[in-house]
Formats: sequence, structure tokens, C-alpha cells
Amino acid sequence: MNFDFSDDQKSLKDEARKFLTDKAGAKVTRGVLNDAAISYDQSLWKAVAEMGWLGAAIPEEHGGLGLGRLELCVLAEELGRAVAPIPFSSSVYFFAEALMLAGSDAQKAAHLPKVASGETIGCFALSEAPGAPTPASIQAKFDGATLNGVKIPVTDGDVAGWAVVVAKEGAGVSLVLVDLNQAGVTRETLKTLDPTRGHAKLAFKNAKAERLGAAGQGWELSEAVLDRAAVLLAFEQVGGSQACLEMSVDYAKNRYAFSRQIGSFQAIKHKLADMYVAIEVARSNAYYGAWALSTEAAELPFAAAASRAAASDAYYLCAKENIQTHGGMGFTWEVDCHLFYRRAKLLALQAGGPAAWKENS
Amino acid sequence: MDFNDTPEEAKFRADARAFLAANCSPKGSDKERLSRRLSTDEYVKAAKAYQKKKAEAGFAGITWAKEQGGRALPPIYAVIFNQEEGKFDAPSQPFAIGLGMCVPTVIAFSDDATKERYVAKALRGDEIWCQLFSEPGAGSDVAASKTKAVRDGDDWVINGQKVWTTGAQFSDFGIVLVRTNPDVEKHKGLTMFIVDMKAPGVDVRPIHQASGGREFNEVYFTDVRVSDKARLGEPGMGWNVALVTLMNERLAVGGSTGPDYAEIFELARNMPGPSGQGTLAQDEAFRQKLADWIVKAEGYKLSKFRTMTALSRGQTPGPESSIGKVINANHLMDICNTAIESMDHYGIINDGELAPMEAAFHQGYMWAPGLRIAGGTDEILKNIIAERVLGLPQDVRVDKGVAFKRSAERALKCPLRRAARAGRALAQAMADVG
Repeated sequence: MNFDFSDDQKSLKDEARKFLTDKAGAKVTRGVLNDAAISYDQSLWKAVAEMGWLGAAIPEEHGGLGLGRLELCVLAEELGRAVAPIPFSSSVYFFAEALMLAGSDAQKAAHLPKVASGETIGCFALSEAPGAPTPASIQAKFDGATLNGVKIPVTDGDVAGWAVVVAKEGAGVSLVLVDLNQAGVTRETLKTLDPTRGHAKLAFKNAKAERLGAAGQGWELSEAVLDRAAVLLAFEQVGGSQACLEMSVDYAKNRYAFSRQIGSFQAIKHKLADMYVAIEVARSNAYYGAWALSTEAAELPFAAAASRAAASDAYYLCAKENIQTHGGMGFTWEVDCHLFYRRAKLLALQAGGPAAWKENS
Repeated sequence: MDFNDTPEEAKFRADARAFLAANCSPKGSDKERLSRRLSTDEYVKAAKAYQKKKAEAGFAGITWAKEQGGRALPPIYAVIFNQEEGKFDAPSQPFAIGLGMCVPTVIAFSDDATKERYVAKALRGDEIWCQLFSEPGAGSDVAASKTKAVRDGDDWVINGQKVWTTGAQFSDFGIVLVRTNPDVEKHKGLTMFIVDMKAPGVDVRPIHQASGGREFNEVYFTDVRVSDKARLGEPGMGWNVALVTLMNERLAVGGSTGPDYAEIFELARNMPGPSGQGTLAQDEAFRQKLADWIVKAEGYKLSKFRTMTALSRGQTPGPESSIGKVINANHLMDICNTAIESMDHYGIINDGELAPMEAAFHQGYMWAPGLRIAGGTDEILKNIIAERVLGLPQDVRVDKGVAFKRSAERALKCPLRRAARAGRALAQAMADVG
């Protein structure tokens, strides 16, 4: 057994950390938060594309770096740590994974190089209403050539050029690939808990679309995409949780109350230790998920559910207790705690809420 | 023991209900939805008018002594009125702190002339009060306040900064805790004053909160003069005065704050369950959680009645009333988080037009972290329960017996910009003191 990343993967992580410390971080995330007109940071997106990260797991023949999913996990953790305000997860964990999983050679050749270069932003559209979707609840309809219906919310749907949409086709469900820049598509930007990422309501009216994968296989494919995305999101969640813990530790060492560092009080020590324990449990589950993802193991559905449940719980705990550790300052807009608190909820919901994943595991 | 109203209480409840029905719209009505769009000025105006009507009808100062304009009724009558008022969209919030905490402190610690000047006007809704205790370097450790007042003839001159002051932007007066003697232990060098919030040198700036709102303020004092007559209690006794106010705050802040079990139950009846089968309300795991929330909320409510019973027998509310704050903020956060997660991906939408229950759970999710901190953090309140209720030994006090100006030197190492600013101000203040 070797339950750790390789030296190469670790040095990739170090590089990614250095790069994001320089190019991303709270200041960049706040740039998006404070500007209602934008929902991602274009220069960070460009820089990440130039580093090749968007194509890290895309095969070389399709313009990617051809690295494995483990490398992508390493990058995900660092992006999560930086609360990066870019549509990375939608484009890479959902859209590209769906194409690699179900796309024809022609579809892969047409889209993957553009995802890898950053030219195309992709997204994944499943949700239509409050509550966990089921094959029976899907209302969007594909007739073999055109798509009708509404998807809400679609993470990064306001900036994406293409979408993979889960739609009803006859009695079954199919995945369909849709160009969002066409007359049959209207977008409405949504107000969400995490304004550092874009969200839209997408309405399709006789929109031209093509099937992705076999007809009637859409639900199984959608679940397989969600399993993959769940593992990658879990790494973002672990990265975000870790950042919260480090902020808290730093503050607890430097803030004084009752003429003592607040970190010298057991109430704070135990809180931070609880955060650490939750993160380590989440990290280990995520590593197991990474192994299952990178080896296409049969255990992936379980490993993905466990990764997701542990990471969602850890990030929520760490984000809220980070605010608490910072006291009143933690509840101000100018201190970064709420960026994590907001992102924690988005990442817990983006591939479906934790309750449904716990049900699956 | 009897959980039913006595005939007198039932009559009072009916009167209260009739008054409220005549003067407020019920919760959930279209009128209530409109009232949420009022500007702060409009809301404060409505609150003043409502408070005036309350006073005229005898529903203000229900427990206060008759000479203060009250009705001298036992506290259970105030509980009954609050229960009934809670069913309506009553604009009572701007007066909660003043009438709940500040004015009772004024009544307890000032002479007849001062009471005459302030109490009736507050009760009638003419003047609004705020409470100025917390500072950037004195949150949990309120007694470490650095804002100072220096005696100058018949006046005192206040300099410094307070923070997290609710309602400062529309308040007429405040009670402010200041350091008047840095050469003694921190608890012994504090004094409380009444301060005119419109006086020269008082600068109110809203705080942009993590939730996005701006309900709280920073208040800066630059050479603000107050008369010695505005002093509440003896010089150096400010901490004892503050304790009276703070105990009231913990009672007040522990009240209803957002969606509770009834709201999430309503949501769950219309939400698919996590297995995709039936509704969330039929889901076993959800039902277990719901039962926990009901037991906790009802247990808290009933505990409050016990506190009120003790009060009505003339006993002082003890530190056990701290349980409300420990329960409520986490209760709210847990309910809101569970509700949002049950909505699945859709739960990220924070828009009153689109989100279930007009995004009440989202507002609660963003508000609850502040509630865990305001009026005493979870950790401080648990310490109070452990030390003052259970009698456990106090934590080691490194500043015991140390003059404030010496112990405060440690606090200079604050990590954040604002705190650093306060630290520099303190260094200057210490240099001034010599």
C-alpha cells in the first residue's frame, strides 16, 4: 500500500501554491465579489490556462498535458485553498470529464482542445428545482435534435460557451451537448450565496443540441460525472478547510483577550483541534477517492460519496468556526472568513447536497 | 405549576391581541412584505409612532415601576405581550436595546432629575438609545475597554472608539463604558456615562458585515464632552453598571431570530427527500433532526418561562439565562444549513423571488455566525455557565492585580489592521498618561 502522492505530484503542489499565492488569493476573489458585473477573474483564468492546468487530465492528443487525475486532485486542493474565482470546476471536473466519459471521437476532438486552452468554458446543467433531482423529475426535453426546458441553477452558466445538459429523451434520460451562444438559449444571472462564482438560469427554446453518449444512458452517465466531480470537489473543499484552519491558528496566536493569546484558552484549542480532525478525515477519504478515480476502480461510487460527505462537513465546520475564532472581526466584510463560508456552501451543493450523497454511501 | 394563563393573564393577553390587531399587520401578510422594503429612516419613523401607541395603550414598560411610567406588572405579563407581538409585524426593534438594556441601567444608577429627563421620552418613543461597550481590542474581554474619559472641571472628555453598536446611526443617546483610571486593575478603572449621540465629536460609521448588511456601526469619539451629571454610578464602578446591562443583553439577544422548526417542517413537506422517494418530511433522518429541533426550541422556551417565574417572585435572573444564547444561534445555523442543503444545488440561490420561503433560510445562514458572537460568544457564555452556575474554578487570570496600562501592553500585538490602529491609539494614550 502506498497511500500518498508521489514526489512529482508534491512538487506540482508546491508550484501550484506558489503560482496561486502570486496570482490569486483573497484580493483577486474580492475583485469578483465586489463587482456585480463580473463573475470570474479573466486574467487568473488566462494564467491558469497558460499553465496548462485546464488540460492537466486531458490527453495530449486533445491538447492537454495528459497527466493523471491525481495531478488534477493536487491542483484542485490548491484552487480550493485560494478560493479561486474562476469556472475551473464547471469546465474541467464536469464538462471535460463528461466529454471524456461519453463523448465521441469527433466531440472530444471538437471540444477538449478548446477546454484545455481556456477558449471554451463548459458547464453542467442538471438542477431544475429545489430538492435532489431524479430521472422522473427531469423536465428538460431532447427530441434528438433540439432541446427545450429550463435549468436552474447552472454554476458558471452565465459565462460558459457550452453546456452538458441532462434531459429527458423519450422514456429515458440522455446527456446532450449544447452551444449556449445561440438564439434558442436565454440566460438570466442569479443572486447566490457565493457571488465569487457565476450562476445562471438557462432557458432552452428549440435550441440546437446533440446527444452525448448513448440515448437513454443519461442518468447513469450523469451519476458517473458527478462521482468524478465529487472527488475533485472534495479536494477543493479540503484545500479551503485547510486555509480556514491556518487562518484560525494564526489569529489565535496573535489575538489577545484577558491579556492572553486566545489560542491559550482550551475553548479555542479544542475548536481548532476539531477542525484539524475533520480535515484529516476528509483528506483521507479524498485520497481514497483520488485513487478510485485515477484507477477507474469499481469502488468509485462509494469512495466519491464518502469523499464528498466528509469534505462537505469539514468545510462547513472549518468555515463557520473560522468566523467564530475571529470573533467580531470574522463577521466583517473586510476580513476574508466569509469568502470561505460562502464557497463552502457552493461546493457542498454544486454536485448535489450532502444528504443525497450520504444516502448513496 | 400551571402552564395556562390565570384569568388576569388571559384578559391581558386578549387586550394585547386587540391592541396589536388594531395597530400592526400579521406576519406573512402582503403589508409585511411591503414593510421590509422601507428605508431605515422610514422604519425608524414607523417604530417611533408604534412605540408611542404602545405607551399610550399601556403596553410599554409593562414591568417598570409606576413612577417610571410603567404598569408594575410581574414579568410574565411582558412575556405574554412579547408572545403576542411576535405574531405581528411590529416595528419594535429600534427600541429593543434602549428599553431592554440602556434605560433600565439609567433607572438603576441615576438621580431623579436624570430619570425625569430621559425615561419617559424613551418609553414614549421620542428618543432612541444605543449601547456602546465593545471595542476592537475589547470584545469578549469588555473590561479591557480603552476608550478613555478625562475629567475637566464639571465635564469629562471622551476619546476612543467603540464597535458593533446596533442602531447608533439613528440613536439619540447611548450609554458608554470608558476608562477613567488606567493605573488600577482593568475592572476597577471603568466608568459609565450617558452620551448624546448628536454631540460634536461623535462620528458614526456603518460596518459592512460578512452578511452583506450594515446594521452595526463603529462609533468614534473625539474630544466629546459629557457633564459629570451624565455619569451612571460612581467613578471606577462602571464594570458593575455594565454587568447589569449585559445580563439584560443576554436575555434579550437570546430571543427569536429567524426560521425555526415550524418553517423547516413546512419546507420539508414540499421538498423531495434525499433518496428521491417521497418528501423530505417523510425522510427518517430528517424526522429525527426535526424532533431534536422541536425539543430544543420548546425546552428553551420553557426554560425562559422558568426564569420569568423566578423573576415574578422577585428573584434576580441568574447566569443560567445564558443558555438561551448558547442554544439559539447554533440552532438557527443548523436549521438554515440543513434547509439549504436539502434544496440540493438549488439551495445556492439567495434571491427572495426564487428561493423557497423568500430566502429566509439564506438570510439566517448568513446572519447566524454573527449571532454566535454578538452579546457574548458561545465560548464566553459556556465559561459563564461553567464558572458561575457550576462553580468550577476560574481560568488563570494573568492580568489579576496588574494595572490596566501594564496589562494592555500585551494587546498591542494585534494581527489586524483595525486592531493595530486601536493599538497605536492606545500606545499614544499610554504615552499621554505618562
